[in-house]
Amino acid sequence: MQNTSKSPNNLRIGVLALQGAFREHANILRELGAEVVEVRLPKHLDGLHGLVIPGGESTTIGKLAVRWNLMDPLREKGQAGFPIWGTCAGAIFLSQDAKQEQHLLKLMNITVERNAFGRQLDSFEADLDIKGLDAPFPAVFIRAPVIDSVGEQVDVLCALADGRIVAAREGNYLVTSFHPELTDDSRFHQLFLDMVQNG
Amino acid sequence: MEKQVGTVKVKRGLAEMLKGGVIMDVVTPDEARIAEEAGAVAVMALERVPADIRADGGVARMSDPEMIIGIQEAVSIPVMAKARIGHFVEAQVLESLGVDYIDESEVLTPADEEHHINKHAFSVPFVCGCRNIGEALRRVGEGAAMMRTKGEAGTGDVVEAVRHARSVLGSIRMLQKMNLEELMSYSRDTGAPYELLVETRELGRLPVVNFAAGGIATPADAALMMQLGVDGVFVGSGIFKSGDPVKRGKAIVQAVTHYNDPKIIADVSRNLGEAMVGRGVHELPESELLAKRGW
Repeated sequence: MQNTSKSPNNLRIGVLALQGAFREHANILRELGAEVVEVRLPKHLDGLHGLVIPGGESTTIGKLAVRWNLMDPLREKGQAGFPIWGTCAGAIFLSQDAKQEQHLLKLMNITVERNAFGRQLDSFEADLDIKGLDAPFPAVFIRAPVIDSVGEQVDVLCALADGRIVAAREGNYLVTSFHPELTDDSRFHQLFLDMVQNG
Repeated sequence: MEKQVGTVKVKRGLAEMLKGGVIMDVVTPDEARIAEEAGAVAVMALERVPADIRADGGVARMSDPEMIIGIQEAVSIPVMAKARIGHFVEAQVLESLGVDYIDESEVLTPADEEHHINKHAFSVPFVCGCRNIGEALRRVGEGAAMMRTKGEAGTGDVVEAVRHARSVLGSIRMLQKMNLEELMSYSRDTGAPYELLVETRELGRLPVVNFAAGGIATPADAALMMQLGVDGVFVGSGIFKSGDPVKRGKAIVQAVTHYNDPKIIADVSRNLGEAMVGRGVHELPESELLAKRGW
């Protein structure tokens, strides 16, 4: 149990700031009233209520996390129920398997396919219906992965018309293939903050 | 579901994902693998690094597609490639290869001494070089989705990178103090499109991600550029022209993440071996300066 109370305005959310679009996540979380901490070293995880792992290059983020001894503390926190949301590279980093050799946290029961739509020319925007959101969400996919298999406890929040999964939740873990931090729509960040608050 | 590809948001979005990272010049698939292993967020595929282009002289052009394809097959990170300034057919060729970003680069010999490529016409995003706010926003006006301050490529001398980053970022700070009347005169004086000056003033930064390039050779150089306020760094000759590219590449990656932590920068800078030999920018004749290419 956290000692600090978790009213909407005093949530302390970490954003893994090793590399990638961490500034955009931080801006939206602050607008929603959370206190934001940039996480680069294990000591920065102290006192957090939740963590966002941003988009970026998953191979780079993995190497930096290993180099700065973040793998074990993140795994211990995750296994103890600490809420973690991974977007794009962050989703890859939370997965069990990305079908190539790279450093993964292996916390969530999903496997992913990297660059599943192709190269940058195949990056796209689309409005998607998301379980838990009342209206379509403007999703931005950048060299995005898809979730190609999920464990029994995983709740699929969004799948494309062809069945490929692009958003899912399992207990304290949330993943999206796309980038809510690149839009003006803060509903996905609110969804995560609600998850942090309500467990 | 309607998919929209090649939008401004997805073009600029890839650069957002590269922030806080190091993009490394590579000339072979093996170097690309080494760069990925060192933690590069992307590689720039080219035939010769700028230091060799300087040494060899002659006309520098787009790389052999065979080499670019080999590099695309070798790594999972984004692959960028260079086209000559104004050479829109080289850009078309690179787009057809599916490169992730095109660098319309002053490091290659310009194909047009008056015009740059109309980058709006492409689905692939472009990065362009700049020395000042006018150049930066003209390139954004032409459709560039990412900027890099030019520095002086292939020298290992960081002084021009600093000059150009200070110029661009200092101008943005000045812009924020200006009122709208002053902005139009500033647009005339700098050659920056007025509407983009208004946008930049509101954002307090360029409308696109801005990396530093040209002369970065050490972890401290990279952290210097980050502390000045750029979003990430390109390292060209500085890695593969050094004594121990893997170690130096890794060290520069660490220094960009922990750019505000001198203890970590000191730690990663230990025993890196020889840095690239380098040439002071002031030793170069005017005709060999690459940064002044671009209009």
